[in-house]
Amino acid sequence: MGTIVMPKALMRRRSDDEQLLYASILEVGVYLGLVVLLVTFALYVSGAVAPSVPLRELPGYWHLSVHDYLEATNVEHLHHEHVITGWAWISVIGKGDYLNFLGIVLLAGVTIVCYLGIIPTLARKHDRVYATMAAIEVLVLTLAASGVLAVGH
Amino acid sequence: MSWVVRGPWRWGVGIAVGIAALWLVLWVGSSEAWAVQQAAITGAPVTAWWIWPVALLVLTFVMGILAALGGVGGGVLFVPIVSGFFPFHLDFVRGCGLLVALSGALAAGPGFLKMNLASLRLAIPVALIASACAIFGAMIGLALPTNVVQTALGATILGIVVIMMVARKSEFPDVREADHLSSILRIHGVYREASLGQTIDWKIHRTIPGLLLFVVIGVMAGMFGLGAGWANVPVLNLVMGAPLKVSVATSKFLLSITDTSAAWVYLNQGCVIPMMVVPSLVGIMLGSFIGVRLLRTAKPRVVRHVVIGLLLFSGAKAITKGLGLPFFF
Repeated sequence: MGTIVMPKALMRRRSDDEQLLYASILEVGVYLGLVVLLVTFALYVSGAVAPSVPLRELPGYWHLSVHDYLEATNVEHLHHEHVITGWAWISVIGKGDYLNFLGIVLLAGVTIVCYLGIIPTLARKHDRVYATMAAIEVLVLTLAASGVLAVGH
Repeated sequence: MSWVVRGPWRWGVGIAVGIAALWLVLWVGSSEAWAVQQAAITGAPVTAWWIWPVALLVLTFVMGILAALGGVGGGVLFVPIVSGFFPFHLDFVRGCGLLVALSGALAAGPGFLKMNLASLRLAIPVALIASACAIFGAMIGLALPTNVVQTALGATILGIVVIMMVARKSEFPDVREADHLSSILRIHGVYREASLGQTIDWKIHRTIPGLLLFVVIGVMAGMFGLGAGWANVPVLNLVMGAPLKVSVATSKFLLSITDTSAAWVYLNQGCVIPMMVVPSLVGIMLGSFIGVRLLRTAKPRVVRHVVIGLLLFSGAKAITKGLGLPFFF
């Protein structure tokens, strides 16, 4: 039984499948993220959705380190039990400034979706090494996104 | 008689206007930063809030043009300049810088992938190493005292200037034989080189040393909030032997993965102020859009010198700020 030799051009076409799929998912995600970012920012700046920190008072805080900023804005405006870090922004999404996190999170999360999208294609092509690397990348990015990795000064 | 400046003068006038706008914003920024510090001491009212987003929008617009023309990412200009001359704390500037570099990379990614200029097979192993290391870099950067990070940032920016001045570029590096690892991983490709009207086959070598260098690049990108195009391109092109266009496109695409991991760490720590992020993203994207259109008629050497000058200036400012020394500006 002879070996079927695949033409070089066809081989390359096949290797492009996951690349084109990745590009398509990325394109949709970026447009969606940017639209959400601009809309939520417009709602925030226009005052349609009231922010946690009034715009006029913002310059009084942003020279502080992130630790001091979160403490000060929480004590003076948010009055939460804990400062807003990690995914806690979801609990204050009704505030105009935190509403903007939706678009930012979409932009920061689209790469994970792209990787998840190409894993089945790689697996179907029996490209185990790349499917494994893509799965590990999803784990790495999910770990970063989870908020488990806490640090501080 | 037309008022429009034509010919070679157009570029001189354009760059002069750009630098003047940049200087104006930096001057305003510097004065206002001082005013905010004084206000904090004396309890006097702080300047109108909107001046900052507007200043950032103008600054990042000019940066976007210069970055596109000078062949650098937005983050490498954004972090040292904004941290040096604006009142925002370095924590927020790094978070914002990462998002600026990330959004530029995300926007460019689909086009480069579809044109087959960025290679997913080359990017996946490199990104895995760089993104994991960028997380550690971000954690180190957030754990260290601000003045230490600011000083190290300044030293890094001056190092980038040296790399930009001495690193040669090779359009089509001579890779006689793909190395063992890249052969196993089937990292090779083909793209259409429009300027030559030819289809270029490429492969890479020295894969292991190249991957090891991305450990360092990932840590630095996360630590300082810089996009790392300044380091990605030389490693992909000169060390691993990818053609220059493939290196530039894959580097830009890589940032969308590397910066994502570091951006999440900053985001989860709360280092994101939307009033900084959104004007910066809009400014840099509009500037890049104009910059790419100007690229056809630009004089790259002149723009490159302007970018190097800006980096020298902001690197020196970062070091003096970190060390608490006076700066002439």
